[in-house]
Amino acid sequence: MSQNTDNVIDHFNLFRSPEYVEMFENKKKNFENPETVEKVEEIREWTKTWEYREKNFARDSLTVNPAKACQPLGAVFAAVGFESTLPFVHGSQGCVAYYRSHFSRHFKEPSSCVSSSMTEDAAVFGGLNNMIDGLANAYNMYKPKMIAVSTTCMAEVIGDDLNAFIKSSKEKGSVPVEFDVPFAHTPAFVGSHITGYDNTLKGIIEHFWDGKAGTVPAEVRAPNGSINFIGGFDGYTVGNMREIKRIFGLMGIDYTILADNSDVWDTPADGEFRMYDGGTTLEQARLALNAKATISMQEYCTEKTMKFIETKEHDVANFNHPVGVAATDKFLMEVARLTGKTVPAELEKERGRLVDAIADSSAHIHGKKFAIYGDPDMCMGLAGFLMELGAEPVHVLATNGSKDWAVKMQALFDSSPFGKNCHAYAGKDLWHMRSLLFTEPVDFLIGNTYGKYLERDTGTPLIRIGFPIFDRHHHHRYPVWGYQGAMNVLVWILDKIFDEMDKNTIVPAKTDYSYDIIR
Amino acid sequence: MSLTVQETKARNKEMIDEVLKVYPEKTAKRRAKHLGTFEEGKPDCGVKSNIKSVPGVMTIRGCAYAGSKGVVWGPIKDMIHISHGPVGCGQYSWAARRNYYIGTTGIDTFVTMQFTSDFQEKDIVFGGDKKLEKIMDEIQVLFPLNHGITVQSECPIGLIGDDIEAVSKKKSKEYNGKTIVPVRCEGFRGVSQSLGHHIANDTIRDWVFDKMGDKPATFASSPYDVAIIGDYNIGGDAWSSRILLEEMGLRVIAQWSGDGSLAELENTPKAKLNVLHCYRSMNYISRHMEEKYGIPWVEYNFFGPSKIEASLREIASHFDDKIKEGAERVIAKYKPMMQAVVDKYKPRLAGKKVMLFVGGLRPRHVIGAYEDLGMDVVGTGYEFGHNDDYQRTTHYVKDGTLIYDDVTGYEFEKFVEAVQPDLVGSGIKEKYVFQKMGVPFRQMHSWDYSGPYHGYDGFAIFARDMDMAINNPVWGLTKAPWK
Repeated sequence: MSQNTDNVIDHFNLFRSPEYVEMFENKKKNFENPETVEKVEEIREWTKTWEYREKNFARDSLTVNPAKACQPLGAVFAAVGFESTLPFVHGSQGCVAYYRSHFSRHFKEPSSCVSSSMTEDAAVFGGLNNMIDGLANAYNMYKPKMIAVSTTCMAEVIGDDLNAFIKSSKEKGSVPVEFDVPFAHTPAFVGSHITGYDNTLKGIIEHFWDGKAGTVPAEVRAPNGSINFIGGFDGYTVGNMREIKRIFGLMGIDYTILADNSDVWDTPADGEFRMYDGGTTLEQARLALNAKATISMQEYCTEKTMKFIETKEHDVANFNHPVGVAATDKFLMEVARLTGKTVPAELEKERGRLVDAIADSSAHIHGKKFAIYGDPDMCMGLAGFLMELGAEPVHVLATNGSKDWAVKMQALFDSSPFGKNCHAYAGKDLWHMRSLLFTEPVDFLIGNTYGKYLERDTGTPLIRIGFPIFDRHHHHRYPVWGYQGAMNVLVWILDKIFDEMDKNTIVPAKTDYSYDIIR
Repeated sequence: MSLTVQETKARNKEMIDEVLKVYPEKTAKRRAKHLGTFEEGKPDCGVKSNIKSVPGVMTIRGCAYAGSKGVVWGPIKDMIHISHGPVGCGQYSWAARRNYYIGTTGIDTFVTMQFTSDFQEKDIVFGGDKKLEKIMDEIQVLFPLNHGITVQSECPIGLIGDDIEAVSKKKSKEYNGKTIVPVRCEGFRGVSQSLGHHIANDTIRDWVFDKMGDKPATFASSPYDVAIIGDYNIGGDAWSSRILLEEMGLRVIAQWSGDGSLAELENTPKAKLNVLHCYRSMNYISRHMEEKYGIPWVEYNFFGPSKIEASLREIASHFDDKIKEGAERVIAKYKPMMQAVVDKYKPRLAGKKVMLFVGGLRPRHVIGAYEDLGMDVVGTGYEFGHNDDYQRTTHYVKDGTLIYDDVTGYEFEKFVEAVQPDLVGSGIKEKYVFQKMGVPFRQMHSWDYSGPYHGYDGFAIFARDMDMAINNPVWGLTKAPWK
């Protein structure tokens, strides 16, 4: 190949040139001991069958392409939602490199987090010294206002006791005695990233409300009229939090967002790197005890946290990642009920605009079949919205969904005629989804970036909604909550539907009579 | 304004002293050994390396699992690599490294898939060996065209006393001698990815080579057979390298491990010469093949025309005149194209200062490519290099180059603030930090989703990409005009 400096070609086109194609063929034929083309084709076809699907669903040990991550990822997500807070993950250091990369690839932002860098000796003797040194270093270098500690599976397997270790570290002077070091055990072999979010958020709230691990007297609740809002692990946190603040502002609500990471994952490029930005202040976290109510947008992200908050005599309201008209109505009415405020005319107008948009476009969505996968709450929110649009969420899959979630999903299906032939798959992975898409095809798939492999294999067009999204930029800046958020989701779905229509009608003199200019 | 070498050295010392002030005394002492300035004539770069990272400092390093699954084994395309343990490790490393390959994914190749045993609490308590056996059975049913299996151990495996070797042997026997490789690459082993490379190399020796015995080659040998070792085919790097070796008359019988296959691993002991790109991750197996099979190995560098030219000649020197002539022919063929690239981009890039912090071979290997464009690498460091890397670096860096081993987030930020380079080349975790600071940046692990960068075709892309990073109009917009 000879590059032309006027038009340098890279991997997209370079390897399609004949000399490379020939090289690939020779490499394969002579040195790879390849399977025959016929054999590959035979197996490929076989994987599309019901027979394969049954074998695939019969597996009980192997997981292939799961749609979930591990607890400490969620711990880091929750921790950076607090003002100047440095997440500190106790255990092997490679894990932290992974979390940071994962978040940076999704948000296109820096993601700061430290590890206690435990190695073989710590595996034998425990990681106390790593904690002592690690807290001292992190405190001195990165000047946090709080360090939130969680654990990798290594520290959990050897049984390190965070409470005792942090106490010892403070005794050794790693950080001042009064410095806030909340903690949560977040074993990777229990639950998923949403469990880690839950454990860490609870750890932080408990720290401020219940006397900082016995070091100060517990806070005494003095109820006021404010409410707390918890978003849960959410790839759209940047857009969603800002939308929620706008909505609460319109309603005139006194509120505290617990774990607000919308600023730290959306800092400006103005010449300054902000390791910390925004977030729930530590004072707000403490005073949140006094709120009259606490709202969680994602029930399955906050099971333990909400249970704990309930013991503080808060009114609580749990949602399942509400998306759409009815879900947003319910959310706003609940907020109004809890705060004694009314839904302002401006929001009512937004609602009307959303309904108008749906009315304009629903002919293109009505009756379309969808598959959805993602975190349990998001699956519910999206499935609810699709049914509202007259679409059928035929396969809804959550690798980290519980049996209880599947029951709740079924109830949601049962609530609408569009849910009639729909099914929830708890604990299944994307290789299961592949079988579902082959044996019971749908029109569109909704999921994260990894769904593109399903799109390639099964031809089901992917609408990217979820976490992580690595291969499209900036969608996390848009909300999916509120009427405006639902509008965004509606547009993303419609864009894909129209793109597919055009793709399917673009052949001149064959199909392009339907390549309409107005749709 | 450019500093003299003496001034640079003085400034470096000042910068280093300054960053060390932030640390508690014990940590300052430890970190001081990893920071320094290259002094012309010294045998290494004057820093300590391959030592445990200090807790809490925000090291950029990963772990042994990343070195084995993520680097050495993961790209072998026709085998299934089980991330054995909890779900996370496999999830975060899933298809993230851009090891390009050709195959029907899920049918005869499996690189961009995430196979995991997804350990639950009961697996920790009761052990995971039974589950692992069952997993291998399920793989055989659902992925019948897989050519082998590796078990990539995550942290818990070594801590709970599972016997993955016994499981692998048993299942290999049950499946008629199928290649099943247990890898003890638990993340807590060693100090970085590096030990994972070594462990993975050793498992190829023990579970692939030793198992083959005297099995004859599946192809007829030729006097010009070479194997590419230590190229992970990121964005197609190994392909744009292979094509040059073949053009000069050599025959590449194996790629380790980008776009590689089990058969290619097995072919390699039949090579006449192993050509080694990433010394750090695959010198171990190269040395082993030299000792056991008498295969010589030679390091090469396919970044930028100067180094490519020297490398082609060096590789050719191990063969007869036909190959030597072939090398000259290839060099001559691409010269005009390389000149055109340099002519176009050098005027836009000459004199620009670069700071690097990368893994493997790149902290030194890419320096020549920058220099071909008239750029100046003023600081570099290894994520997980050893002293032999820093020795080799002396052939690349200039007197007074700032050296930082296993740099911490804080140090890197402060050094860049003080040096004010025109470009930083590092990883995804660093990218956005520096872009916020208004410093142009290219990811030098993933090629920032571009590539290939190796070979002559790759250099044109490299030059284009560095230009588009540095001469991006956005850098003129970071300050609001009213400020």
